[in-house]
Amino acid sequence: MIPIVGLVVGVALGLWFQPDVPESLRPYLPIAIIAALDAVVGALRALGERRFDDRVFVVSFTSNVLIAAFMVFLGDQLGVGSQLSTGVVVVLGIRIFANAAAIRRRIFHA
Amino acid sequence: MRERTTSLKIVVAVLVGGLAFAILLQTRDKADDDFSNVRSDELVELLKSLDAANQRLSRQITDLTKTRDSLLDSNKRTEAATDAARERADALAILAGTVPVVGPGITISIGDPIGGVDAAVLLDAIEELRNSGAETIVINGTARVVGRTYVVDGDDGIRVDGRVVKAPYVIEAIGDPGTLKEGSRIRGGLVDTVEKRGATVRIVESQRITVTALADSKAPEYARADS
Repeated sequence: MIPIVGLVVGVALGLWFQPDVPESLRPYLPIAIIAALDAVVGALRALGERRFDDRVFVVSFTSNVLIAAFMVFLGDQLGVGSQLSTGVVVVLGIRIFANAAAIRRRIFHA
Repeated sequence: MRERTTSLKIVVAVLVGGLAFAILLQTRDKADDDFSNVRSDELVELLKSLDAANQRLSRQITDLTKTRDSLLDSNKRTEAATDAARERADALAILAGTVPVVGPGITISIGDPIGGVDAAVLLDAIEELRNSGAETIVINGTARVVGRTYVVDGDDGIRVDGRVVKAPYVIEAIGDPGTLKEGSRIRGGLVDTVEKRGATVRIVESQRITVTALADSKAPEYARADS
């Protein structure tokens, strides 16, 4: 229940303030969002399998975001920023699809 | 244990809310079209393509400028040609007597109480005025004298181009007034001839003579320009 309240509050804040992305965060935010989405979809799958754990979610969410941002940072430093970003997005995308497929199988048995 | 779960749930809520917030932020940020989150190699590509487009457009500008210049040039030449043609047409129209003219000149009034003036005298007068540089001659304000003009004696008077002119004859000539006057007065000239025939002559110089009489313009029937 509380997470849904958080979701609503986040959306409301985003719509209310409509802030600009800070300059220092601009390269990292898109990848961080993908990483966080991966964590969320994983959490949804765990919820469906009735083995969801708050602690695991918090840790995976945070570490996903941090690692994704770090990889983008590292890629930019190494001069392979765009390639590494693409790679991260692909890997996270595959994970999101795999989790979504698991959820789908559980709900529709297909 | 219970408390810890609740606080973890709050952390989860904060994270989820933060994610939603970030997604909104990012999608909104994408909407305004700037290059701050474009990578440097993409920027280089963009710059290259802009450079190429720039060069292409520069070439186009040069080409179009050249075209415009040449068009302007030909336009100017056409204008000059038009001006010259108009001037020529004006001169020819005056010569052919198809336009009214105005200018300085003299008025010669010939009183002919005994009828001594005939076509030959009038023709002589016209010739002498022409020799003195008269550019336009008109007799009695109605008969414009041009290159094709003929003067004959008729039953009812002298006919100039078919128009009957009667005494007193008033010959208006446009040209340099002094020269025209002198030309008329030379020994054996117009004045002499006319006075010998028992007529009176009066010459008035004028700075502005207006000739409104027009000659009948007729397209040449046989003569063709050979060029």
